[in-house]
Amino acid sequence: MVNHPIPSQVANRLKKGKAGPAAIGGALVTPFTIVLAVLIGIALFFLAQRFIYGLGAVTNINNGYPWGIWVVWDVVIATGFACGGYAMALVCYVMNRGEYHPLVRPALTASLFGYSLGGLSVLIDLGRYWNFWHILWPGYAQPGSVMFEVAACISLYIIVLWIEFSPAFLEHFGFKNLKAKLNKAMFFFIGLGVLLPTMHQSSLGSLLVVFGAQIHPLWQTPLLPLLFLLTAVCMGFAIVIVEATWASVGFRRDIAGELPMLSKIGKIIMGILVAYLVIRLGDLAVRGAIFKAFTSGAKSVMFLIEMAAFAYPVFVLSSPANRKRLSKLLAAAMSMLTGAVLYRIDAFLVAYDTGPGWHYFPSVPEMMVTIGVIAIEVLAYIIFVRKFPILPGHSTPAAAE
Amino acid sequence: MYDDTEISREIANRFNLDRRDFLKFCAAMAATMGLPKGADAQIAQAMTAKERPSVIWLHFQECTGCTESMLRAEHPTIEKLILEIISLDYHETLFAAAGHQVEAAREAAMKKNWGKYVLVIEGAIPVKDNGIYCKVGGKTALQLTKECAEGAAAVIAIGSCASWGGMPSTPPNPTGSTGVPEILVGKPVVTIPGCPPNPYNFLSTVVHFLTFGALPAVDDKGRPKFAYSRLIHENCERRAHFDAGRFALEFGDEGHRKGYCLYKLGCKGPETYANCPAILFNDVGSGSWPVGTGHPCIGCTEKGIGFAKPIHALAELQNQRPPVGYPRVVEEQGAGASIGAIATVAAVGGLAIGAGAKLVGNLGKSEDGQDSGKQG
Repeated sequence: MVNHPIPSQVANRLKKGKAGPAAIGGALVTPFTIVLAVLIGIALFFLAQRFIYGLGAVTNINNGYPWGIWVVWDVVIATGFACGGYAMALVCYVMNRGEYHPLVRPALTASLFGYSLGGLSVLIDLGRYWNFWHILWPGYAQPGSVMFEVAACISLYIIVLWIEFSPAFLEHFGFKNLKAKLNKAMFFFIGLGVLLPTMHQSSLGSLLVVFGAQIHPLWQTPLLPLLFLLTAVCMGFAIVIVEATWASVGFRRDIAGELPMLSKIGKIIMGILVAYLVIRLGDLAVRGAIFKAFTSGAKSVMFLIEMAAFAYPVFVLSSPANRKRLSKLLAAAMSMLTGAVLYRIDAFLVAYDTGPGWHYFPSVPEMMVTIGVIAIEVLAYIIFVRKFPILPGHSTPAAAE
Repeated sequence: MYDDTEISREIANRFNLDRRDFLKFCAAMAATMGLPKGADAQIAQAMTAKERPSVIWLHFQECTGCTESMLRAEHPTIEKLILEIISLDYHETLFAAAGHQVEAAREAAMKKNWGKYVLVIEGAIPVKDNGIYCKVGGKTALQLTKECAEGAAAVIAIGSCASWGGMPSTPPNPTGSTGVPEILVGKPVVTIPGCPPNPYNFLSTVVHFLTFGALPAVDDKGRPKFAYSRLIHENCERRAHFDAGRFALEFGDEGHRKGYCLYKLGCKGPETYANCPAILFNDVGSGSWPVGTGHPCIGCTEKGIGFAKPIHALAELQNQRPPVGYPRVVEEQGAGASIGAIATVAAVGGLAIGAGAKLVGNLGKSEDGQDSGKQG
């Protein structure tokens, strides 16, 4: 990554362990990876059906609900999950907090897969997928369209992510000169890597603003872009905690070195969530829609569950003692992610009513494809951290021996 | 301005038609040709003029369907009008006389109106073996055509046969049937193709000539632009079904009964220029044209399509391209959750929540263990 002036005490602490990230090695074929491979196989089977017989053969989407879970989960939620790289770049480079540097590369890895597969999911979900390249061709651009903004931004960001991530490859394959040259220009891509997600994560909310009255008042607000952006950043920080924890449990790594950073991230999450809740509830109160929270049947139930999932992390993380405990951090982060996932599902599918007679609930094959895409992400992450220098190397048990 | 009272008198005397119906006819003619306001008065004036132009009407390789079509024009008593407005000096179907008497009448009329008469030709002209396959009064169609065209002020080819050969020219075309424009090279010929053509396209052309002394604007095939400048497909009442992808797939199927587009039954509307869907036939109201009755257009006005392409062969689309994919005819609004789908959501959700809770629990236990270890 970029050569950044790291505060001296942090640099010293980094020197205590084995400096820099390292590949952790280990077996690629385990019961867990086999399960992932089976799930991917099932997804590929249904994807083949989708490309041979069309969208209608596999999905339950229809003209009233043209966006199913392949958009809402695979794109809207998956790119939210993939905001780890964005969030870490934001604190590490924009806020100039170099001490978070060891967390950047693992976060970036997850972002890379999240966004790449999100882009791929758009391709799968496009009825006329062979026109996909139109997104990148200026002659087809309709700059007044929110969808165009999202599509173009996400496409560009995927490219930027691969460039940001390329030093890991270059190190692995030993292209030292190329890496040095790239590092000189890297500040530009990092800048883009912060700008682009800011644009499209908020635009995911704008997509719903243009739906107008078809979105239930509990979710429809001109502030949707801001709310989507806040939750996306929050998801990014939460996923960093979850990833670090899962990686430590899954690969039996000692996480003590990263815990102080995770604690601070927990504090950031709490701060953003408080801002989010104040804005969201304040907006509901100003518009007078807050009373619909108890009178809209299933929508109200979903809204309350969502609110609880957002409120729980604030409650847990408000205690400094809890922020030092990984289990509490993890519980808060997962609750936050649940809330953000529900927020997106609710806003895009539950709150969306396009008229009488229209229904949507994902079909089993549709869900199996989404599960398969998640499996691809997890499997690719496992392969990458085992083969490439991604995870902070100082805490590897092998290195300690 | 045209003197209104004179019209009343003329019409009453000559056509046995009341004035109102006559003016309605003139207005309808002007509208068919898309003429500007005021043209109906000009038409009325021209048609009530004392000098009635002479018309010579020749029949060659044809079925007389064009004449039959003409006789059934029903804007008020059109057959009376057309026979009274013009001086029909030669017409084999309508003449009471026969044989050499008729031929003599034709020659006399031609001599008298040399350079002023209108020549109408119905039917194709065989050219093979010097045109011996069609003779009238000892003269071949080829000879008659050239002879009569010489002194004609205007030549109108009525019907597909006269326009481009029509049905008699269908391959292998044993008699070498040819359209009038190919015989009279260098002389402007207005063609009114159709099998039969709509009588109003012919009447409008004649009335235009009478009124303005010139033939209407024509396209590269000699067809009046007012009638043949649009594809049938462009004005077809079933066009919306084409755009929406609703097609009759065989005669009598559900789509056919519902009046869907006949393109897939071989309708040549998309490659045939004519105004059939706009002015219809026989003055009996909507639907009175081939496609309206449920039969695909056979492209009778278009050379190389009518009588050449199989009736049920797909038309070649000229300027309309159908979308790559069509929406379904029945709009599916989506079903609710299936049991399998609910089970999948429950399983995945349960697994995620369970695994998360277990992980948090285990982490909590190990932290407690570490804490107590430190204290101990």
